[in-house]
Amino acid sequence: MQVKVLLFGQLADILGNSEIYLEDVSNSDMLIETLHLQYPELLNFKYAIALDNKVISRKMVLRDNSTIALLPPFSGG
Amino acid sequence: MAYRSGNPRYQRQTSLKELGEDGQERLYNAKVLVIGAGGLGCPALQYLVAAGVGTIGIADHDQVSLSNLHRQVLYSTDDIGLSKALRAADILASLNTEIEINAINTLLTSSNSLDIISQYDIILDGTDNFASRYMINDACVILDKTLVYGAISRFEGQVAIFNDRKEGEISTNYRDLFPDIPAEGEIQNCEETGVLGVLPGIIGCMMASETIKLIAGIGDPLINRLITYNTLNNQIYELEIQALPDTRLLIPSNAGEFKQTDYDWLCSGVSMPELEPDLFTQMLDHSEISVIDVRETHEIPLINEFEHQNIPLSVFRSKLASISADTVILFCQAGKRSAQAAKIMSEYYGNSKKIYSLKGGIINWKK
Repeated sequence: MQVKVLLFGQLADILGNSEIYLEDVSNSDMLIETLHLQYPELLNFKYAIALDNKVISRKMVLRDNSTIALLPPFSGG
Repeated sequence: MAYRSGNPRYQRQTSLKELGEDGQERLYNAKVLVIGAGGLGCPALQYLVAAGVGTIGIADHDQVSLSNLHRQVLYSTDDIGLSKALRAADILASLNTEIEINAINTLLTSSNSLDIISQYDIILDGTDNFASRYMINDACVILDKTLVYGAISRFEGQVAIFNDRKEGEISTNYRDLFPDIPAEGEIQNCEETGVLGVLPGIIGCMMASETIKLIAGIGDPLINRLITYNTLNNQIYELEIQALPDTRLLIPSNAGEFKQTDYDWLCSGVSMPELEPDLFTQMLDHSEISVIDVRETHEIPLINEFEHQNIPLSVFRSKLASISADTVILFCQAGKRSAQAAKIMSEYYGNSKKIYSLKGGIINWKK
């Protein structure tokens, strides 16, 4: 299975792309842990996590073609 | 002044059948406060004033500077050094002479913001720092005011409507999206990262558009939804926000508590030390340490593995003085509220006590 990850703001700079794909991550916690291992700098950031366009606050099951988005808050005005 | 129908000034928008004279009258009777007359506030203000919103407040304590002008196109080079609120009010008064514009040339703080915000129906947040954003959010929750939120960074912008109820739905607020206050330096500001001048123009106009839709009751405003817009690839991403059970507990429960909250300190990036679960277990053996559960009294699991007292976050401020131990460990369900309580406690006690928060909360410890 494959999951799409969308990155916004500075998170896209850290991952070097605004869109990446991860294989074999069965839930959202596992996805975040995988990203933290690959991109430890992510640990320094706070961001909202959305699964298929809905913000999530706990572990959710991922399916093939699920889309996860990571959005940092912006302070600029 | 009473509403006057058939005003030719608004003919091009009253002829929209969705808006009509009814919508125009609603706009005229509405009171909108724009906080921050900068990149987002200026374009939002221009269109709200032009559209005939009857009462508009402009709150900003800053002055126009040269580096503002590439994006704050309401101002001109001659305005450098002048108060943004007063200057914006002046310029906008000549755009529309038939509405009331109030310049509020003051820094909004937790002591004055409730009085100011309570005089308006809809609040637009166009500020440029997290302390103001969390403060405005909390004030809107306490006063039950609709908050039109906009924020920008580099080439990307966010827009959402918080604290407004669609029929049968629960309202969400900024903390449902971002419960954790970012540390200073974690998220770079426009000064550090730059911002494309047209971006706040676009996002500020979207904020004005959402405000007009809300007031006139047309279309499908972004209630409980956030959109991000990227100027580089024109991609729009929309997400739905859900109310979280813990969010309300992070917000001061009443005006008195709100006024005592130091948002600059909460957002200062000074974070209180967090204890890993193992270390927490070790420290429990020390008798001079006081362990405090900051969860509300009805919350489970009940803890009988170690001695502790319960001081819920909702009454934490009023009970601060009663905490006598020199070393205190705070815990809650998942570690967010105890981190906030630790900051509140440290604001009160300074360095005279050692204050820790249990990382990941009691759920993580029980694993």
